[in-house]
Amino acid sequence: MKKSFKVTVNQDWCKSCEICVEFCPKDVFEMVGFYSQAVRPQDCIGCRLCEKLCPDFAINVRESEPEQKEVKT
Amino acid sequence: MSNNSTAKLMQGNVAIAHGAIAAGCRFFAGYPITPSSEIAEVLSKELPAVDGTFIQMEDEIASIGAVVGASIAGAKSMTATSGPGFSLKQENLGMAVMAEVPLVVVDVQRGGPSTGLPTKGSQGDVMQARWGTHGDHPIIAIAPSSVEECYDMTIRAFNLAEQYRTPVIILTDEIIAHLTEKIEIKPASKIELYNRGKPNVAPEKYLPYKLTESGIPPMANFGEGYRYHITGLVHDETGFPTNDEKEAHRQLMRLNTKFDQHMDSILDYEEINTKNMDLLLVSYGAPARSAKRAMKIMQKQGVNAGYLRLKTIWPFATDKIKKLSRKVDTIIVPEMNLGQIAGEIERYIPDNTEIIRVNHVNGEAIKPQEIVNAMIKKD
Amino acid sequence: MDYLQYLRKDKMPHIWCDGCGNGIILKAIIRAVDKLGWKKDDIALVSGIGCSGRTPGYVDFNTLHTTHGRALSFSTGIKLAKPNMHLIVVSGDGDATAIGGNHFIHAARRNIDLNLIVFNNYIYGMTGGQASPTTPTGKFASTTPYGNPDSPFHISELAKAAGASYVARTTTYHTAKMDRYMQQAFQNKGFSVVEILTMCPTSYGRANKETGETGVEMLSFQKENSISLEKAKEMDEEEIKGKFVTGVYIDRDKPSYLENYQEIKDKANN
Repeated sequence: MKKSFKVTVNQDWCKSCEICVEFCPKDVFEMVGFYSQAVRPQDCIGCRLCEKLCPDFAINVRESEPEQKEVKT
Repeated sequence: MSNNSTAKLMQGNVAIAHGAIAAGCRFFAGYPITPSSEIAEVLSKELPAVDGTFIQMEDEIASIGAVVGASIAGAKSMTATSGPGFSLKQENLGMAVMAEVPLVVVDVQRGGPSTGLPTKGSQGDVMQARWGTHGDHPIIAIAPSSVEECYDMTIRAFNLAEQYRTPVIILTDEIIAHLTEKIEIKPASKIELYNRGKPNVAPEKYLPYKLTESGIPPMANFGEGYRYHITGLVHDETGFPTNDEKEAHRQLMRLNTKFDQHMDSILDYEEINTKNMDLLLVSYGAPARSAKRAMKIMQKQGVNAGYLRLKTIWPFATDKIKKLSRKVDTIIVPEMNLGQIAGEIERYIPDNTEIIRVNHVNGEAIKPQEIVNAMIKKD
Repeated sequence: MDYLQYLRKDKMPHIWCDGCGNGIILKAIIRAVDKLGWKKDDIALVSGIGCSGRTPGYVDFNTLHTTHGRALSFSTGIKLAKPNMHLIVVSGDGDATAIGGNHFIHAARRNIDLNLIVFNNYIYGMTGGQASPTTPTGKFASTTPYGNPDSPFHISELAKAAGASYVARTTTYHTAKMDRYMQQAFQNKGFSVVEILTMCPTSYGRANKETGETGVEMLSFQKENSISLEKAKEMDEEEIKGKFVTGVYIDRDKPSYLENYQEIKDKANN
């Protein structure tokens, strides 16, 4: 199963340096207004380069858990 | 263990080193400088034997830096130097004042300015001890006049440092430092030791610079579960820097007045015949020995001289000086500088009280007869 | 990796400029601490003055912000008084090798058990972009308006020559290397230095656009102009000029100061 990731940008901490936009190998990020946003999270391969290179602790990459559904009885 | 004192023949600097061990000092960092080096030499031998640490650092600045660090980690810590080194230490002394870190600095004063007279006595650092580091700040400085006091006052210096979260300066001089005389060493059972007040709240509630009633906030040591921040920047109760003017005022005023309600315990002096006197001698350190002798000579000559020896130099015994100066019209102040304490006394005495200064800056000790002559000359 | 559990979140966002690399280094420090499983209570993070000096304020360790250049001396005292604590010292190029240069070489000589992370950005950032001991010759700073007449220090070579037992060098771009070097440094007994080239777009970038003006450009420059020690060995001096040579400069077994001093204590007690 292909892994999927949840990528969030904390806009309170983002200083719009654009490092994530430039260095993400899958072009997940784009500047939206003043801040970076993960506009293509579905393309994320979970390399976490953005997380490591974000100087502002603003990016968080988490592996998405499969959705759990309760069987209706 | 004996409950009696033991008598020993000892040199002033050696007594400071042994006094430090008795006070619980377990860390010393220093740099060689005349006339203080014996203190480092003795401690390099004694400290490792009591599971303490001696380290010779690369310079004077590093020495006091290491001492501040060791104290923050919980060790009673000391460094020793002389004027030129004391000048270099002012930067981190200020850091210790600001961060309220207990430690002891011994300044064995020698002739200055600059390299000055390395092997000769002086009291030229009195004002450097008070105002050497930048910014308004409180400081404690004490001055021994005998070898026994070198020992006892070193214990007292550590106690004051721990009680009031402050650096304490032992302002001794080459004469006392290199004097060898008999001292009585008290048994451990008769020595009172103080340790810094620790926080009694959970780590998340700890405020390292809390505005407490006593003015002295409790201090947690690094590595003991209280993770907090220490900085030389102006900080609030949490220890983190602040630029807020009201908060800066509050904290700096607390810092600068923190000794006020403890003056009775901090101030110490020796007072002889000051009830009904015609003239007052005020002295400290090595010249105080000659001043005491001069008092006796004067008394024999029919002059009813009183004597005040300042054992605590800073904070200054303002009230005591104000009170005693009203009783006399002449105060004689012998000191081995050009009147650093005389100038301080002058700030607090009535206009009609005259100060006679007896000063040496050439390294030569002040003789009792010189003090007596100064009085006669005036008459 | 949950960085937040190590941060004093109420102090964030940090004061560093946009595009400044200091946060990238702090993250690497946190990853190394997390990887080694060090307890927060056992760590002291100590700094001097400057942009790097603000690092301790943001992390939930025992933190100490000392005077300019003196972090190593304060740390020496802490380590000797509490040898079980882990000491991480952060320092800029000016802090570590100008005003703190004497402490730097002597900590290395002594091989005392401290971990020094040097944030090398070639400039004094906090004070407005003056030249530092690592500003390359000819480069511009607010105090070298005609270009820098001075020669720079090579921090890692200096640490190695002075006696440090572990020295490594990389850039903020090379996160995997940063991780490896920091873990190795933290595990080394004795004095460890990790020198990291970081970007200061505000002061250095603006004055020296040819090596990148923004954080992004400077990071790209790091990526394109770094070569490994191994590769550098095969190149001549002209080819290496302008390149940043990364790698482990030294990793040697050598008695640490703490080990030596334990022997002193044993002798004193005999």
